[in-house]
Amino acid sequence: MKAGLIALGGAALALAITASAQQEAGLRPVSAFASIADKDARSVALFEEMGKVLQHPRCLNCHPRTDRPNQGEAMTPHDPPVTRGPDGHGAPGLECAACHGPRNVAFAGGKSSMPGHPDWHLAPASMAWEGKSLAEICEQLKDPKRNGGRTLAQLTEHNAKDRLISWGWDPGAGRAPAPGSQAQFGELSRAWVASGAKCPAAK
Amino acid sequence: MPTDFTLNGKPASFDGDPETPLLWVLRDHLGLTGTKYGCGIAQCGACTVHLEGKNRRSCVTPVGMVAGKKVTTIEGVEGAEAKAVQKAWVAIDVPQCGFCQSGQVMSAIGLLKAKKKPSDTDIDNAMAGNLCRCATYVRIRQAIHDAAAMVEG
Amino acid sequence: MNAITPTRRGLLKSTGLVLGVALPAAGRAARALPDAPFAPNAFVRVSPDNLVTIIIKHVEMGQGPATGLATIVADEMDADWSQVRVEFSPANDALYKNLYFGTMGTGGSSAIANSWEQMRGAGASARAMLAEAGAKRWGVAVGEVKVARGVVSHGDNKASFGELAGEAALLKPPEKPVLKTPDQFTLIGRDTPKIDSVAKSTGAAQFTMDVRRPGMVYSAILHPPLFGGKVGKVDVSAAMAVNGVLGVKPIPQGVAVYARDTWAAMQGRAALRVEWDLSKAEKRSTEELYAQFAEKTEEPGVQVEASGDAKAAFKGAAGKLEAVYCFPYLAHAPMETLDAVIEMQGDEVHVWMGSQFQVGEMGAIAAVLGVKPDKVVLHEQYAGGSFGRRVSPGMEFGVEAASVFKAWGGKVPVKHVWTRENDLMGGFYRPLVVHTVRGGLDGNGEIISWDHVVAAQSAFKGTPMEFMGIQKGIDGSITEGAAESSYRFPNHYVGQHIMEGGVPTLWWRSVGNTHTAYAMETFLDQMLERGKKDPVEGRLALMHDERMKAVLRKAAEIAKWGSKPPEGRARGVAAHFSFGTYVAQVAEVSKGPDGLPKVHKIWCAVDCGVAVNPNIIRAQMEGGIGYGLGHALYGEIVLGEGGIVQQSNFDTYRSLRIGEMPEVEVAIIESGAHPRGVGEPGLPPVAPAVANAWRNLTGKVVRRLPFSVGGRV
Repeated sequence: MKAGLIALGGAALALAITASAQQEAGLRPVSAFASIADKDARSVALFEEMGKVLQHPRCLNCHPRTDRPNQGEAMTPHDPPVTRGPDGHGAPGLECAACHGPRNVAFAGGKSSMPGHPDWHLAPASMAWEGKSLAEICEQLKDPKRNGGRTLAQLTEHNAKDRLISWGWDPGAGRAPAPGSQAQFGELSRAWVASGAKCPAAK
Repeated sequence: MPTDFTLNGKPASFDGDPETPLLWVLRDHLGLTGTKYGCGIAQCGACTVHLEGKNRRSCVTPVGMVAGKKVTTIEGVEGAEAKAVQKAWVAIDVPQCGFCQSGQVMSAIGLLKAKKKPSDTDIDNAMAGNLCRCATYVRIRQAIHDAAAMVEG
Repeated sequence: MNAITPTRRGLLKSTGLVLGVALPAAGRAARALPDAPFAPNAFVRVSPDNLVTIIIKHVEMGQGPATGLATIVADEMDADWSQVRVEFSPANDALYKNLYFGTMGTGGSSAIANSWEQMRGAGASARAMLAEAGAKRWGVAVGEVKVARGVVSHGDNKASFGELAGEAALLKPPEKPVLKTPDQFTLIGRDTPKIDSVAKSTGAAQFTMDVRRPGMVYSAILHPPLFGGKVGKVDVSAAMAVNGVLGVKPIPQGVAVYARDTWAAMQGRAALRVEWDLSKAEKRSTEELYAQFAEKTEEPGVQVEASGDAKAAFKGAAGKLEAVYCFPYLAHAPMETLDAVIEMQGDEVHVWMGSQFQVGEMGAIAAVLGVKPDKVVLHEQYAGGSFGRRVSPGMEFGVEAASVFKAWGGKVPVKHVWTRENDLMGGFYRPLVVHTVRGGLDGNGEIISWDHVVAAQSAFKGTPMEFMGIQKGIDGSITEGAAESSYRFPNHYVGQHIMEGGVPTLWWRSVGNTHTAYAMETFLDQMLERGKKDPVEGRLALMHDERMKAVLRKAAEIAKWGSKPPEGRARGVAAHFSFGTYVAQVAEVSKGPDGLPKVHKIWCAVDCGVAVNPNIIRAQMEGGIGYGLGHALYGEIVLGEGGIVQQSNFDTYRSLRIGEMPEVEVAIIESGAHPRGVGEPGLPPVAPAVANAWRNLTGKVVRRLPFSVGGRV
């Protein structure tokens, strides 16, 4: 009889899977890379560390290769099947803001949530990362035509301060945050640029 | 502190937890039951209202989020697009069980306000978030085209 | 609910011009209303303000019976459609039983079919009395009086129905009212506008969930996480801490939370901490069930139908095909989750719900509350979809709602609403089913053997309806459509196994036909291909019913079967008879970006007898196609390891969306036969038609549904 008794909360069942996804390790600090003597190799290593964020579902899901974002830890196509629309804020009649408000909103029970941010939108098609190698993403990030017209300094600032990027570390209940912190990500970006912004070799 | 907002052109107020979804404030406290519950997680669109004139799922909208803003529900929706959509809906008998239709109608009106002459793809994109388990989709599409033609005159 | 509809052989025959069924007199609904001077029978009321109110004995859950039944009455009555209103009947078997069931109920696509003559009689009777009232008023022979569009006239004398209501009320209803001949119909056979479209397009239509009663509390319920689990210890502290929660009560079905609004009830529900007793719960996973069921289908089971010797013929066949089909549990997921409002008024219990089995469900509620059934008053509401979900043989939802009401003291009105999670995880699914089919061909490619065994749980087993649903060890709903099929094979065997299981199962739009049509029509398609026969011609050669052949020919004709489909597309065909109605469909598909079929168009031919409202028939074909396609592509309720349901809301239970809805072209066969149903028969052919097209396009044979699991290319 005892063995037949298990304690289970309300809507917890289906959500147990997402909750267990919070296993991501943090980010190594810039100092951890100081021992790499070769500057280029150090730069590449720093970028690879940044890659843990860039290729995390919280970031990658909204840098899709198609007009439809992905969602969830498994990065499956967004359902409902939304589309980017004229400016990345969704289609007329079904803008991102139809569901995504200025902040995360918990569903009943608070175990999962609707993510939100005042400027919730898709990265432009030129900034698509989905399906690309880290080397490819790196080259893309350095190309103003494919990084939103930013200089490397602006890119660093963007990574360190942008509020929509901040959401990646505060993604709401039921979602694993990006590893580390935005401050760490910003520092890694700064150090990578300072070290020459080298990219991993294309495979 | 109560949350004050404009509901269907008139002042409205809710004196309760500002985290309460607008859906339940409308239905349980303000007596406007045209807006429906279908899923509670913005998957079905049955709860669609207009927030500042744009489609918005009221089930994921804490009422505190609409403080000082304009909310329109199926009971109060007006204008050329609204008239045309509802006329078109009735003309070809879109509804079956009808439970999702408030949300469908609101989404369609929101679409026509944003896009005067939507293509099939525009309709698919705009209405992708509104489920109809009766699958009245063929008629929804037709009615939106018909309504667009009516608005154009 | 095929088990409680007449078989094909037992179809009611139309008795011509004279009404064949007795008309009950006006009941409480009609008499109790203040302005009801003319209520010639239980279905019609004419008020002095010239409104004709037609009492609808079936629940309106989207399939259009409110419009259809009103159309039949109004036509025979010669009312003007603009003066017609509808009202749902109270729960009363004497007046409002489904003539096929013997009790009130809506299912088995029977609303129009069982009511056809009854409604005609109700209208004709009212018309005769209004005509007689006019004749008396003007002192002329009744035969000289005309009735049209709500007006009775004789020469220059004219009176509206409303004006004559008082005089008509004094007359005796005719014993055998004379019915119209089909050429006299003015509304039947036309696209009469639906009676509820305006209310349902403006948010004005009231559903159970919209009912508000003074002092009402809102309840939500948490069910055990496994089927067969029971409530153990409940820690209410976190739930009680939720703002607006008024209380928590364990009841046999789970733990109920009472609150000031729905949101608080839902939050309280989520905050419950419950120790469940799962010692007797169903713990098998879908995979385990499939394996056990499939093994069972290797045995012949209980014989449902047999001719010749299918096994021997298979042994000696020149060509052989064997297949195992797996069909998952499916949820109905009506847009409006299950709900009810219950209130005590004096010694009467008032219930607001969209009940599908009105008298049975009110009786079940009465039993829980310890009152006599006649003390329960039903206020029938529009139902936000059902697809079979709004009634179960044990009336479990009504019982639960009554238990929730009772546990709160029975004095305060309670609105009990299921969350979508309750709905999808709450069982009463389309059963999980496994078919094993073996077919043999002779040297000329003719089918000489068809050996078909089905294993499934029975929705009737262990319920109060078992005596109706299971006879001689056979649950006809498991093999309907495989047995008594549209085809004749020289050596044919159909057997079934009723499997034991702890997951409650239920009829689901078109019931057994949901899976039998798929197995039959996809297996047959492959057999015909092996026999080098055209899918349409090959089927026609095996069919024994001319009406079935005619719909297949019609579908092929409108689809231009045999012409080359556009580049990158292929077509497939399927035909199926269910609930007295014949349907054939052709699907045209291409490969979608996700490796699943993109269905561009369905051509559909249907013969349902007299087409009372062609527009509604087309709508039901569209709806059946959309519902069937969505589930064929994505639908499955999966029991994971340990028996836990993996789907909880529409994010995990994918539904068809507008961009996936094919174009639908419907051809209705003109027929003078007794009208039959359209709510379900549009569904069975769509999945096999798509599967056959998919196989023609990609070579992929799909034997495990949904396509997202077993059909991706």
